[in-house]
Parts: sequence; structure tokens; C-alpha cells
Amino acid sequence: MTTRASASGTNAPDADLAAAPQPPRRSGGRGQQRGGRIADLVGVGPPLLLFFLFIVVPMIAAVVLSFVKWNGLGTPTWAGGSNWVQFVHDPVARTSVEVTAKVVVLSYVVQTPISMALGLFTAGKQRYKSVYATIFVLPLLISTAGIALMWESLLDPTFGALTALSKSWHLGFLNQNWLGDPNLTLYVIVAIIAWQFIPFHTLLYAVGRRQIPVVLYEAAVLDGASPRQMFWRVTLPQLRYTIVTSGILMIVGALTYFDIIYIMTDGGPGYTTRVLSLDMYNAAFQQDLYGYASVLAVILSVVGIAVALGLVRFTGFASMASQQEGAA
Amino acid sequence: MSALRGSRALRGSRTGRAVALVLATGWLVIVVAPLYYMILASFRSQGDYLTANPWVPSGGLSTSSYSTVFAAGLGRYLLNSVILTAVCIALTVTTSLGAAYRIVRHRSKAVSASFVLMLFGLAIPVQAIIVPIYVLIYKMHLYDTLFALILVLSAAAIPVSVLIMVSFVRDIPRELIAAMLVDGGNEWTVFRRLIWPLSRPVLATLAIYNGLNVWNNFLLPLVLTQSNNVAVLPLGLTKLEGLYSVNVPAVMAGVLLSVLPLLVLFVIMRRQVMNSLGGVVAR
Repeated sequence: MTTRASASGTNAPDADLAAAPQPPRRSGGRGQQRGGRIADLVGVGPPLLLFFLFIVVPMIAAVVLSFVKWNGLGTPTWAGGSNWVQFVHDPVARTSVEVTAKVVVLSYVVQTPISMALGLFTAGKQRYKSVYATIFVLPLLISTAGIALMWESLLDPTFGALTALSKSWHLGFLNQNWLGDPNLTLYVIVAIIAWQFIPFHTLLYAVGRRQIPVVLYEAAVLDGASPRQMFWRVTLPQLRYTIVTSGILMIVGALTYFDIIYIMTDGGPGYTTRVLSLDMYNAAFQQDLYGYASVLAVILSVVGIAVALGLVRFTGFASMASQQEGAA
Repeated sequence: MSALRGSRALRGSRTGRAVALVLATGWLVIVVAPLYYMILASFRSQGDYLTANPWVPSGGLSTSSYSTVFAAGLGRYLLNSVILTAVCIALTVTTSLGAAYRIVRHRSKAVSASFVLMLFGLAIPVQAIIVPIYVLIYKMHLYDTLFALILVLSAAAIPVSVLIMVSFVRDIPRELIAAMLVDGGNEWTVFRRLIWPLSRPVLATLAIYNGLNVWNNFLLPLVLTQSNNVAVLPLGLTKLEGLYSVNVPAVMAGVLLSVLPLLVLFVIMRRQVMNSLGGVVAR
């Protein structure tokens, strides 16, 4: 038993470990090594198996399927790059790429400043702020399907609540065909996605703000910094880690966004809200084009992974994490 | 230094705070107004819904929408959601803690490689690979079962769960483990008597985070199930809408009932839920 205690001990960076007795390394027999291996298998095996079977295998399968023609029933036939060629030449796919890009960029641009502002606001210690924070969380409890159905009836042009508001308060601009106007619907969808996700990112920013050491602000005050300077010189740099995390989640989330669009508009009016994930869903489950759907799956995954890794690398994730530890 | 704590200089200017309060209150209205509308609508009769002002409570309080949605099978969807969420939480929380313990304790090459692989999974958006997941589940003859949802949703939660548990278990002092082993404990007793009890708060955090994601997931049930008796709440709500597209009060009642269990949980353990949601990712 002493074997592993010491083996892990030598790995430990903890300073107080020096006080612990350090028996000689690797004095135990092979039997204990085997015991460790069995424990490894019992501990790591089940989650690894689950993850491998239902995430890694499908990921690989998507790549393979993207090179075959298959309707889901018969035998798949090798198709070379034809699915990929089809994607490049398909006008619907091009529209979907554009719509998806719009959703991603608009979601990020809309959600980040609002979440940061609300997060900084709710991070304060005053009693009423915790009441605000509690109410801000409520949308997180509703499923996406519930949110979609709620907004669908709110925005109904005949019986909807906004139409009623426009009548009783004479606000003509509230009387719109929110979900049927090709120039408007995409923005309505982006707004609803923001309504759904801003609460989560607000929580992230509130947690990030509370982790900033108070001494930094005290030092800034002593140096005569204005509130604005404190925001730009202390708060914002200290929030880098939160900004990256929240940004990755926002961008990857918006990239594969599906639920609200599927329920509320199904890509319409026309193709104005048809995002790539909806294109993929339709290709597979409406048209039985599994090969082509897999092309879209590969593209979505690769772009998602690239964005995540790119943002992490760009901002120096590792160095930042250690910096945070140092500050705490 | 500490005399400065709570001083006006630290809290910003008075106008700045006023502007912040106004903006925050604006957002408060944007959050609350739709919920208020939904609650009112759910207690209206169908005729009342078509004629009354949606923002003003009507005279009578009609609960017919609530009985309508239960008659339409909402109870079944609720049960399915509870089963799915409970099993997924149990599965992800226990397996990820076990894995985290091994990853921290015993650094064989295979274990480290598994950890790196699972970390890589953090970047894979599950929504994107839904088509091959469907094919796999279909080939495994698991299509249209709750079991399929349990497997896939748990698998999707593994990377983040393992990462969080590893970062927690790493902070458990190694002398404690060493002392227990010296006193004649084996790996299993260390895990059961030391790691498990110490991890309870983190396990709760993780359970809330994973539970909420599973409870609200829509795409996987949409793709992997079909029949009414395995439908979970989010999918059931859209089935309800298909049935009662003209009966908006019934649909709103269904949405509210689907939120109710989470709301009760939230009221009981508000602080923990909020720390959990923000904390899981912020770690």
C-alpha cells in the first residue's frame, strides 16, 4: 500500500506534503500494481466507455458517412467527395451558412455586453441585488421548447400580447408579423435566444466579478482611479477568463442552435431562418440523405472545435488559469 | 486598506449606479413580463383568451387548461422526465467521481490518455453529431426507448463532469489518502469513506447542472424517440401544441407545469442552484 501513497506523493506540488512521511518509492510488489490497474478499470472504464461509444464513435462515423450515399435503409454506397461537392454547390446550404453566421455574430454581439453589465450589477453585495439576481435566473428553469411556445403565443399577430399592447398604448411598431416577416424574423429569433441565454452568462460574469480580489480595487482607489478607469484597467482584464469561457459557450451554442428555430419558424419565412443544424436535421430525417447530413455534421463539429481551441489558444488559457490561482 | 472596503469610491459614482439600476430594472421587466403573461393565459378559459386583454387578469379563474393537459398525457411526460433526469444524474455523478479519483491517484499512461480524450470531448458539440448518434442507436435496437436517452445524455455530460471532479479531487490533501492507506485501508475504502463524503457539495453542484441540461434537452428526445409513452416533457409540450394549437391556455398551462418541479427545487435551494450554474463553468 505504501507504493502508491509515495508515487502520488512525489507528483504532488503541495508544499505541506514535505511534512508527510515519504516512504521509499516502488517498494511494493507487482500485485499492488495490478490492484491499481483493476481500480483504474473500475473507475475510469464506465465513463470512458459511455463517452467513447456515444460521442467518439459517432464523431468518427460522421466523417465516414460523409463519403457515402445512404438513405438509412439499404446498403451504403461509396460516393467519394460527391456529398461535399453537393454542399459547395447547393444554394440552400450557402444561405444556411450565411444565416448561421448571422445568428452566431448577432448572438455574441447582443449577449456579451448585456450579460457583462447585468453580471457586474448582480455581483454587488446589496440585498436588493440578490433579489434581482434571483429573478434574472428564472428563464434558465424553462426548457427551450417551453420558451419557444411561450414566445410563439406572445408574438401571435392576432391574439398576441404585443399586438394587444400596440392597440391599447397606440404603439404601432409593436404590431408586426414577428414570425412571418422575412426582414424581421431572424432578429426576433436572435432576441429570443438572447432572452434564453443571457441569464446563464450573467451568472458567469457575476461569479467572475466576485473572484476579483478586492485589494486590486483598493489599490486603484488609492492611486486615484476613476470608476471608468477601474472598469478598463482592473475589471475587464481580470475578467479575461470569464470572457473566453462565456464566449466559447455562446459561439459554439449559437453555431449548433436548433430548438427554438425548429419549433417557431422551421427555417421560414422562406429560408430566412434556416440555419445549418436545421439543414442537417432536414437532410437526415426528412429527405433520408444521411451522407449529405453527415457533411453538415462534420462541418459544424470542426468549426465548433476550431472556435473553441482557437479562442483558448488566442487568449492563452493555461497562463491565465495559473495567474488566477496566484491571485487567490 | 480595509477601511476603504465599502467606501463610496469603491462603489462608483451616484449617477453610474442610478443608470445601472434603471437598466437592470428594464431587463427585469423583459424577464418577468412574458412569465406574467403566460401565468395569466394559463388560467383563462379558451373564449376568454380570444377576447380579453392579455395583460389584464380576467374575472374568473379557470383551471380547465390544467385538467386538459393532464388528460392529454402530461403526467406521463412528467414521469419520463423525472426517470430520465434521475438516472442520468446518478450515472454521471458517480462515474465521473470514480474516474476523477483514479485520474488523480494513479497516473498510468492509459488513464492519462483517457483523461485527455475526455477533455477533448469538451469541444465536441453533441448537437452537431446527432445524425450518426441516431444511426448508432437505431442499429443497437434502442430507438424509441428512454434507455437510449439515458446513455446518450449521460455520455454528453461526461467530459464536463470528469473535468470538474478532477479539479476537486486534486485539492483533497494527499496526506489524508496516504494516512488511510497506511492504516490498512484499500482503494475502495478510501473512495467510499474519504473521497465520496468530501465530494458531496461538488456532487450536488454537478447534479444540479447536469440535471437541468437533461431535463430541458429537446433535440435528442426529438431524434431518438417517437411514441407518446416515452416522450419527455420538452417534446411532450410540442406534442401538446400539435394537439391543441388553437387552445393556447392549455399549451401555456403545460409549459408552466413543466417548470413547476424545477421552480420548487429552486425555491428550496436557491443559493445552491445559482452557485451551481455559474460555478460549474467558472471553475
